Amino acid sequence: MADTRPIRVLVAKPGLDGHDRGAKVIARALRDAGMEVIYTGIRQTPEMIVEAAIQEDVDAILMSILSGAHMAIFPKVVELLKQNGVDDVLVAAGGILPDEDIPAIKAMGIKGCFGPGTPTDDIIAFVRANIKSDRLTADV
Amino acid sequence: MQNLAERLLSGDRRALARMVTLIENESPQARRYLAELHQHAGKAHIVGVTGAPGAGKSTLVTHIVRELRRRDRKVGVVAVDPTSPFTGGAILGDRIRMMELAGDPNVFIRSMASRGSLGGLSASTRDVVRAMDAAGYNPIIIETVGTGQAEVEVMRAAQTVLVVSAPGMGDEVQAIKAGILEIADIFVVSKADKPGADQTVAELAMLLSLDPNRRLHDKSKPYWRIPVLKTSAIKDQGITQLVDAIEQHREYLVESGMLAHRAQRQVRSEVEALVVHAVMNALREELTEDEWQKLLEDITTRERDPYSVAGELQERIGLRKS
Repeated sequence: MADTRPIRVLVAKPGLDGHDRGAKVIARALRDAGMEVIYTGIRQTPEMIVEAAIQEDVDAILMSILSGAHMAIFPKVVELLKQNGVDDVLVAAGGILPDEDIPAIKAMGIKGCFGPGTPTDDIIAFVRANIKSDRLTADV
Repeated sequence: MQNLAERLLSGDRRALARMVTLIENESPQARRYLAELHQHAGKAHIVGVTGAPGAGKSTLVTHIVRELRRRDRKVGVVAVDPTSPFTGGAILGDRIRMMELAGDPNVFIRSMASRGSLGGLSASTRDVVRAMDAAGYNPIIIETVGTGQAEVEVMRAAQTVLVVSAPGMGDEVQAIKAGILEIADIFVVSKADKPGADQTVAELAMLLSLDPNRRLHDKSKPYWRIPVLKTSAIKDQGITQLVDAIEQHREYLVESGMLAHRAQRQVRSEVEALVVHAVMNALREELTEDEWQKLLEDITTRERDPYSVAGELQERIGLRKS
């Protein structure tokens, strides 16, 4: 059963900018790829994102941010996940992420960074390739 | 290491979340755990919220939960959204409206995709509610897929059913049709700040006045008069009264003995569903895709008929002796 279950993804829009067109496009593309997408809407705090990820038991968290607050928000999300013992969820980011910040973002444990113009197929393939397939048998 | 069920019972949210995933995926462990959890469930008041897409269900649920939190309840929410019949994917968007509840550890919200079920819930919704119940959430609110006229599955999962209508949808004839309007324990007219709300209330009240049980019920027994309540999320009106009515309905169910009656009706449909499910699985195991294809062609080209094919398949899975 475990190999045929739908992948569950949280698409979240942290920070104060209200531009969620891109996040919606991604959500729709993941849906069309057969995934169950929990879309939480704009202005999410790191606490809201992590609590939603826990309750929804998602395989991946995709955050979209355009406002430039990524270096403040991403570490908080990563830290809260760690505090709650969540170590089996793929975290990726999209939006406006300057090239010089990307090494630091990846060093936090955020595996994917997708800027404007990324084909949605790339993101779908990335999620499929990087989620932890043994999540459901491992202990939580 | 404690097992998942023990950790769920001790209040571990992650254990509950993982249990729900196992249940949704019909994993074999889930059934063993559920058998164990069944002993611990049965305390929660289970409230169903149903209504047309856009009627305001998610917003209403958010306000109900906020009021329940004021009353210091630990609330579970199961919100179902539709699965695409083409790709199997789904957008689960109920959390957008429930944003203000996020981050409260005494509110557990789980979004579920309907995964092919047509009755407004998913096949595993009841089991997910059972897990939340065992974990100590009370009440538990089930928000259905946006429903049309006939998706009444929620009455087999909930003890108290709210049917939500927004003003300006349909006329009096809609109100006397069979189906979803018959399953309401409480009618809610949402968006009461919009024009036409009073007319919708009047139409629903008219429908209720025609209910023969209203006159014929045994006067010595408790009787539930289905209320029609107006709410406005924007103006924050009517929510306290609605939550009062929900709690009064629970009291009525207990006093009248209807709670046990409904529980039995629900369990019966649950056991029946498990048997049907087992039969479907047996059929899937018995027949290869090629065999199916051959049978389907035979039927569509009129060489055979569906009834004799069904009979033959029943014999093959041992449901009928040849």
